[in-house]
Amino acid sequence: MSNAVSALDGKTSAGDVTIREDGLRGMISLRGDLGLAKLRSVCTGLTGVDFPKQGQAASTGHQGLAWMSPDEVLVMVPHDAVPDALTKIAKALQGQHHLAVDVSDARAVLIMEGAFCREVIAKLAPVDLHPDAFGPGDFRRSRLGQIAAAFWMRDAACIEVVCFRSVADYAFDLLAAAANGGPVGHFPNS
Amino acid sequence: MSTRLAREGRFINKNKAVSFRFNGKNLRGVEGDTLASALLANDQLLVGRSFKYHRPRGVIASGAEEPNGLVNLGAGDSFEPNARVTTTELFEGLTATSQNHWPSLEFDVGAINTHLSRFLPAGFYYKMFMFPAPFWKHVYEPIIRKSAGLGKAPKRRDDDTYEHFNINADVLVIGGGIAGLAAALAAGLSGARTVLMEQTAHWGGRAPVDGATIDGMPAEAWVKQTVEALSKMPHVTLRTRCMGAGVYDHGFVLGYERLKDHKPTAAGAKHRLWRVRAKQIVTATGAIERPLSFAANDLPGVVLASAARDYVVNYGVSLGDRTVVVTNNDDAYRTAITLKEAGLEVPAIIDARVTADGELPNQARALGIRVETGKAIAKVAGGKRVTGVSVCAQAGEGAVLEEISCDCVAMSGGWSPVVHLWSHCGGKLNWDADQAMFRPDLDRAPTGADGKAFVIAAGIANGHLFSAEGLADGFSAGRAAAKAAGHDKKPGQAPMAEDVAEAAMEPVWLMPQGASYALRSKAWLDFQNDVKVSDVQLAAQEGFESVEHAKRYTTLGMATDQGKISNINGLAILADQLGAEIPAVGTTTFRPPYTPISMASIAGPAQRDLFQPVRKTPMSDWHTANGAFYEPVGQWRRPYAYLRGDETVHEAVNREVVNARENTGLLDASTLGKLIVSGPDAGKFLDMMYTNMMSTLPVGKCRYGLMCSENGFLSDDGVVARISEDTWLCHTTTGGAERIHAWMEDWLQCEWWDWKVYVTNVTEQLAQVAVVGPNARKLLEKLGGMDVSKEALPFMQWADGTLGGFAARVYRISFSGELSYEIAVPASQGRAFWDKLLEAGEAFGIMPYGTEALHIMRAEKGFIMIGDETDGTVIPQDLNLQWALSKKKEDYLGKRAHLRSHMADPNRWKLVGLETLDGSVLPDGAYAIADGVNANGQGNTQGRVTSTYFSPTLKKGIAMGLVHKGPDRMGEVISFTNIGGEPIKAKIVDPVFYDRDGEKQNV
Repeated sequence: MSNAVSALDGKTSAGDVTIREDGLRGMISLRGDLGLAKLRSVCTGLTGVDFPKQGQAASTGHQGLAWMSPDEVLVMVPHDAVPDALTKIAKALQGQHHLAVDVSDARAVLIMEGAFCREVIAKLAPVDLHPDAFGPGDFRRSRLGQIAAAFWMRDAACIEVVCFRSVADYAFDLLAAAANGGPVGHFPNS
Repeated sequence: MSTRLAREGRFINKNKAVSFRFNGKNLRGVEGDTLASALLANDQLLVGRSFKYHRPRGVIASGAEEPNGLVNLGAGDSFEPNARVTTTELFEGLTATSQNHWPSLEFDVGAINTHLSRFLPAGFYYKMFMFPAPFWKHVYEPIIRKSAGLGKAPKRRDDDTYEHFNINADVLVIGGGIAGLAAALAAGLSGARTVLMEQTAHWGGRAPVDGATIDGMPAEAWVKQTVEALSKMPHVTLRTRCMGAGVYDHGFVLGYERLKDHKPTAAGAKHRLWRVRAKQIVTATGAIERPLSFAANDLPGVVLASAARDYVVNYGVSLGDRTVVVTNNDDAYRTAITLKEAGLEVPAIIDARVTADGELPNQARALGIRVETGKAIAKVAGGKRVTGVSVCAQAGEGAVLEEISCDCVAMSGGWSPVVHLWSHCGGKLNWDADQAMFRPDLDRAPTGADGKAFVIAAGIANGHLFSAEGLADGFSAGRAAAKAAGHDKKPGQAPMAEDVAEAAMEPVWLMPQGASYALRSKAWLDFQNDVKVSDVQLAAQEGFESVEHAKRYTTLGMATDQGKISNINGLAILADQLGAEIPAVGTTTFRPPYTPISMASIAGPAQRDLFQPVRKTPMSDWHTANGAFYEPVGQWRRPYAYLRGDETVHEAVNREVVNARENTGLLDASTLGKLIVSGPDAGKFLDMMYTNMMSTLPVGKCRYGLMCSENGFLSDDGVVARISEDTWLCHTTTGGAERIHAWMEDWLQCEWWDWKVYVTNVTEQLAQVAVVGPNARKLLEKLGGMDVSKEALPFMQWADGTLGGFAARVYRISFSGELSYEIAVPASQGRAFWDKLLEAGEAFGIMPYGTEALHIMRAEKGFIMIGDETDGTVIPQDLNLQWALSKKKEDYLGKRAHLRSHMADPNRWKLVGLETLDGSVLPDGAYAIADGVNANGQGNTQGRVTSTYFSPTLKKGIAMGLVHKGPDRMGEVISFTNIGGEPIKAKIVDPVFYDRDGEKQNV
């Protein structure tokens, strides 16, 4: 897979809040009955994290699960593990109506770290980012500026953003501009 | 003259000088000044010229309501027109110029208009400039444009950055006066997530100036203590220089924070637009003082009474040495007292009321100030500033009793609560006859989706003009808001205020009440738009009885100040003229924003490179590095052509077409939409979505499909491939990917929710490359890895495999008419695959081609293009695509619509090819000319050009068009419009110009 390149090839930006493109990540869009035990167990088995509740994501390193909609979960695995994961999903859900599709290359992953990263997102997304409403493990599908994006908190000073590959540089520049604007000082402890 | 006093001001630091420029003059102010206070400290009373008559204008107010003091601020890339001097904080190096004057502020040629004012009455423009019509464009408009207007438009791009900030709050309090502070305190103590916004740089509003006592301490001390307490609450946010600009549905509020207007060299954004989603909103927006309408009340030096004392108390600036106070209420006596105590002269207080014996009037008398009751100002004397007033009886018609010389007039016609934000989303008002003001009716508040109120007006903005009741009202509003937002905790004891008792005010809408026409025609209502009492009366006489009509006819309450100080006076005059009650006339609609906000703050980060996202394929960098001349397609940029050396775009396009037809062409087709549709009901679903049959398509095969809207109009097209028993891959147009995905989800979620179908958009997962031309197969064979022969992979089939080591899905489809493969690889490998094709294709004369070559090749083949041959009014039958309308299917989207009489009409324009007789290229969009004229006297038409190109293959112009009964008229010659030239003759021909039998693509 030496030919495979992520959208921004690991681009980074410095500052009080740093942004870096995290390279290729395996992502599978899995649509089906999220209440199904087989579906949940194949997902947790592939990723090693608990199955997320509505509006949540769970991730460790490049593996994780994100609740996308009442009938869709995003399965994250290392990029080269996708074919194997798809095979396992197909096997586990044989005979069940579902659709598992490799969407790894349709996406870009940006990781933002720094004390006021919460406020950087609040400058761009119409989402309640107050710590009471959005903390580690919470996941939102929304927009950043003029593009669709999803994001979740890994911890209090780290937010992971997923957007479409074609607009990765817009997303990166937008986040960098918002970070460059400095903190707002609105949220407690930020 | 206006000057800086020896005394201190609340907001200023006299030890720190700040230099600035006004109209080229170097002036000095002090730290904490506004531009208004600094100008006044320099005796610069004259700040601009009025809109219509170019009358001299001075500062009249001390805050956001100021109508006159508008200036151009800055220069070049920081230029900003219409900056209000009263809300512009002074900073070192500030540069301002006055507006709407020519050649200079002191001498303005346009001021001649004031002598022509009897010829420029209300509605003058409507009456005068009707006829003759051509005069408007060439004579009237250029002249009016020059003489009217306020600030100039900036000439250069703004150098600053701007940002948005999205938050949710339980309680948003707008206004940081004592009522707002009390509301925020109650909400904060109740545990609600609270935000308090104050438009100025200072907390406390008027109370510290007007001298209230709260909880036994001066208002100023209470304000400081309360702000400190609120700052310590982690769930409370306090923002100064942040105006609540507008209240919208569902508790959405825009807050306009001015971060750098007062320190332009600081880092970060200039303005921040807060986009607040609040459960409850408290509008503690205070009140605005009204002027009094007497003759020449617009002269520089005539100011609001509250402003006169604000400048003394807050900035240590006096507006004049001798100030006559004119009033209809007790509150204005505070101004007289403040001025007197500051050592300034107050020759008289002219009170329109017959008696004035309240605590404040008596205090004034005790200071030795002469109080004249039952009196009015007949007229103000002066030119560019006040020199004196003539006093008359309020009850009379203006006979002068006495002349008093003075250089300032402080007027007060009472107070109007700022009900704007309450009203933005539908809050209703009641007329309070005792206090002569509109105030919020809390029982008719703006309501949310649950039918419950989400705005509470508080304090003075709720009609409680006095500190004690206003403060209590603020606290209880904050508590009620917190409770409604789900925070029930008791906030404890409300703060208590005491204030001086005031006697009732008396409405005075005209001074004197029987003023003659001569006086009324000089009594200004709207200072910014030059609307006088006589203008509103004329509007009423001419039948503009609705307040909204009268506003537009007279321009009362228009432009940047939206009549903050003029509206109530104007509608009272209107009501009087109509013989109606004021509440029966009503107010004009209050619309956001409260005061103008910068356009750039609305754009936020969407400027320069971030103006709009541009979607890029994995191969975009290669395109850019190799001469791509781009065109926008949806949000993508696609190469239109790749320019080599010094060739023109046209030459490049022709080269690309010829090369694809003769050797090998390469197209980045990654932008095409790709939707995976899967499930037990997917076949049934696609049979509904497409006009043709998709459920019968065998696995491994491809079929061209059409999609119609439910109204039968062509919506999208593309090749559908059946991937497995229950899975299809649907290609859409580039611009249609998201739209068609949403269209499918719409039907699945809203109509056929029980069908077992999932759709996933994989447009960006795959990089797709079309390899086109007679050498295409040889190239793929050179890459190797899978059998792409005619036998293994016939036309309109697909296969998975590897090509040159890349996992690929290869479709044998052709939009060019040549032997063609479209190859999809994972996007992460798209660039590497593209490079590999270029490298391996060198021997086969490979050249990438752009969208124009693509268009020409498809047109040569007579293939339609969504957006060219279709425009939302075209049905498949118009394009001779009946073959793609399944007759076997019971239903599909559009089927029933096609049965409508107009759709089945044989007279519809239909697709044909067009060839000019001289080989030239028809103009795009040209109409085919028919005999006669229509009912509007326009020439009749019988068709139009939908696509037109120079064909480098056929070396002549080719076109497609929709022509009345076109397919039945083959060989007929018709004429097409040609702007600026003679009509062009073209022959109706078959739309397939090239390789009619499809031999080239099927090899």
